[in-house]
Amino acid sequence: MKLLTGNDLKSGLVTWWTGEDWSINIEDAVDVGEQGEAILTAEEAARRVNSPYIIDGDEISGTPRPAHIKDRVRALGPTVRSDLTLKPNDASAIDKVV
Amino acid sequence: MYKYDQYDQSIVDARVAEFRDQVERRLAGEITEDQFKPLRLQNGLYLQLHAYMLRVAIPYGTLNSKQMKMLAHIARKYDRDYGHFTTRQNIQYNWIQLDQTPDLLEELASVEMHAIQTSGNCIRNISSDQYAGAAADEVADPRPWAELLRQWSTFHPEFAHLPRKFKFAVIASEEDRAAMRLHDIGIQLVHNDAGELGARFFVGGGMGRTPMIGPMVRDFVPADDLVSYAEACLRVYNRYGRRDNKYKARIKILVHELGKDEYTRQVEEEFKHIKTLNLDPPKAELERITTFFQDPDYDLSASDDLDLSDPDFAVWVNQNVKAHKQTGYAIANISLKPIGGIPGDASSAQIDVMADLAKDYSFDELRVTHAQNIVLPHVKKSDLYALWQKLDEAELATPNLDLISDMIACPGLDYCSLANARSIPVAQKIATRFADVGKQKELGELKLKISGCINACGHHHAGHIGILGVDRKGVENYQLSLGGSGAEDVSLAKITGPGFDEDGIVDAVEKATNVYLEQREGDERFVDTYRRVGMAPFKEALYD
Repeated sequence: MKLLTGNDLKSGLVTWWTGEDWSINIEDAVDVGEQGEAILTAEEAARRVNSPYIIDGDEISGTPRPAHIKDRVRALGPTVRSDLTLKPNDASAIDKVV
Repeated sequence: MYKYDQYDQSIVDARVAEFRDQVERRLAGEITEDQFKPLRLQNGLYLQLHAYMLRVAIPYGTLNSKQMKMLAHIARKYDRDYGHFTTRQNIQYNWIQLDQTPDLLEELASVEMHAIQTSGNCIRNISSDQYAGAAADEVADPRPWAELLRQWSTFHPEFAHLPRKFKFAVIASEEDRAAMRLHDIGIQLVHNDAGELGARFFVGGGMGRTPMIGPMVRDFVPADDLVSYAEACLRVYNRYGRRDNKYKARIKILVHELGKDEYTRQVEEEFKHIKTLNLDPPKAELERITTFFQDPDYDLSASDDLDLSDPDFAVWVNQNVKAHKQTGYAIANISLKPIGGIPGDASSAQIDVMADLAKDYSFDELRVTHAQNIVLPHVKKSDLYALWQKLDEAELATPNLDLISDMIACPGLDYCSLANARSIPVAQKIATRFADVGKQKELGELKLKISGCINACGHHHAGHIGILGVDRKGVENYQLSLGGSGAEDVSLAKITGPGFDEDGIVDAVEKATNVYLEQREGDERFVDTYRRVGMAPFKEALYD
């Protein structure tokens, strides 16, 4: 699957394209298929996202998972500060990234 | 410490106002990211892995408690309650919001700080010896010269668009505590045979993908000519440095390709020309700057006696406290490398504590080191015990300076968009493996440095043991190298062989230290033994 990601213009936080909007939760991301470039161009122009790009991913147990570790770290947060990740109470979250 | 005059303050304030307008225009869609990116980078604002990152300059690593308090305040108000002290004596915040950045910079400016020229192809923050003004072995305090260079290089129009970023280090001791020869220009203040003050110039050092040790291009530049000579070095680079290839654009490549002799010839020719233009800064300005760096008001009756009856205190003193030039005083190093912690990170509360301790015990002064620690440069020996107790309460009394757990580690793939592998978890695992202070002390001075990519922000080329994280088909892999040094015995580390996975690299480090312990003669350090016996016994232990 193809995922579209970027950073929120104002906060800088990592965001994922949900089909209609942007979410900081990768669970909300959708497969953009061949539409990624068109969405990227429109959304960047609308200033709803900063520096968007398309990545490869897989679906694991119904949840999108970026193919590359860099984007998996982006999706969760720093693996060395679980308190700063999107899942501070899930001890296994970091294992899924690595 | 230097204090801004009206010009310093006005240009920093003006820059804040200018950036506020640029941010507003970006948020309003009047400028694109491509247009905005160079503007935000000129103000130290990067877009990193998780959010915007702001790098704040700490000129030559020196700051006062009010400034340190502001750094804590910013961490608390604008970030997530912590900051990361870097290998260039700066601080970085990892979770900054774009729309809040102008307010943040305005608050910084109120304590004479900024983030200008902490990014981009310009002259970056001037780094220096963290013991400047306190070390017994310096020929002069290097900070007035570093400040003069800061003023000269700030907004210098000729050097605002260099082929690539440019880093200075200024020291004044034979002992190099600033990795001076691994900078684009390293300046070492010295006396000549006539007792006059001047400087050795080393040009073309650096790490990154092509590490090089800067050769000496002049063994004595008279002090009055220091800025003009630096200008000549920069002009030749600005004229002939490569702009066609980012990876060959640093001055080290130019010096290497021209050869030291030809580069020096061109610098000397340019210097001769510059001297006809009367561009030297007025002597009165250096004299004015120097007045800010006078010795503090030491208690001349202070005693050198120290009660070491508390064994934990004694361990800390033995490892983290260094000799001061003034009788009765000492230099106290605060390690930001607790076992299992994140090298260089400090919470807002810890930053506040360090600020308070500087005010109470170190004439209001702190230093940031390139090894990502903090220094209180002027502590009365009779205050050391009270200081240590307060550091201990704040979990800032790890007694590991220059030991294996006092490692440099870049933010790596946990934070950095350039990184290929995570550095911090490796640092944590190694520190935990060697947690016992007795074990660390048995190994003695051992500088371990970890970078998460070839850009070498973690100085792995200069590590007695260096680790480089690479991406091997999407999996983190770590190359081990041995024999580097960023000190006066400068050398570049050599790769041992194939890399290791995250746990394997920790085992590999332990094997290398075991070889050292087996082969060590007398009081040799790890790097001394490596230099004597060579790579072979280490490779044998690692790969056979």
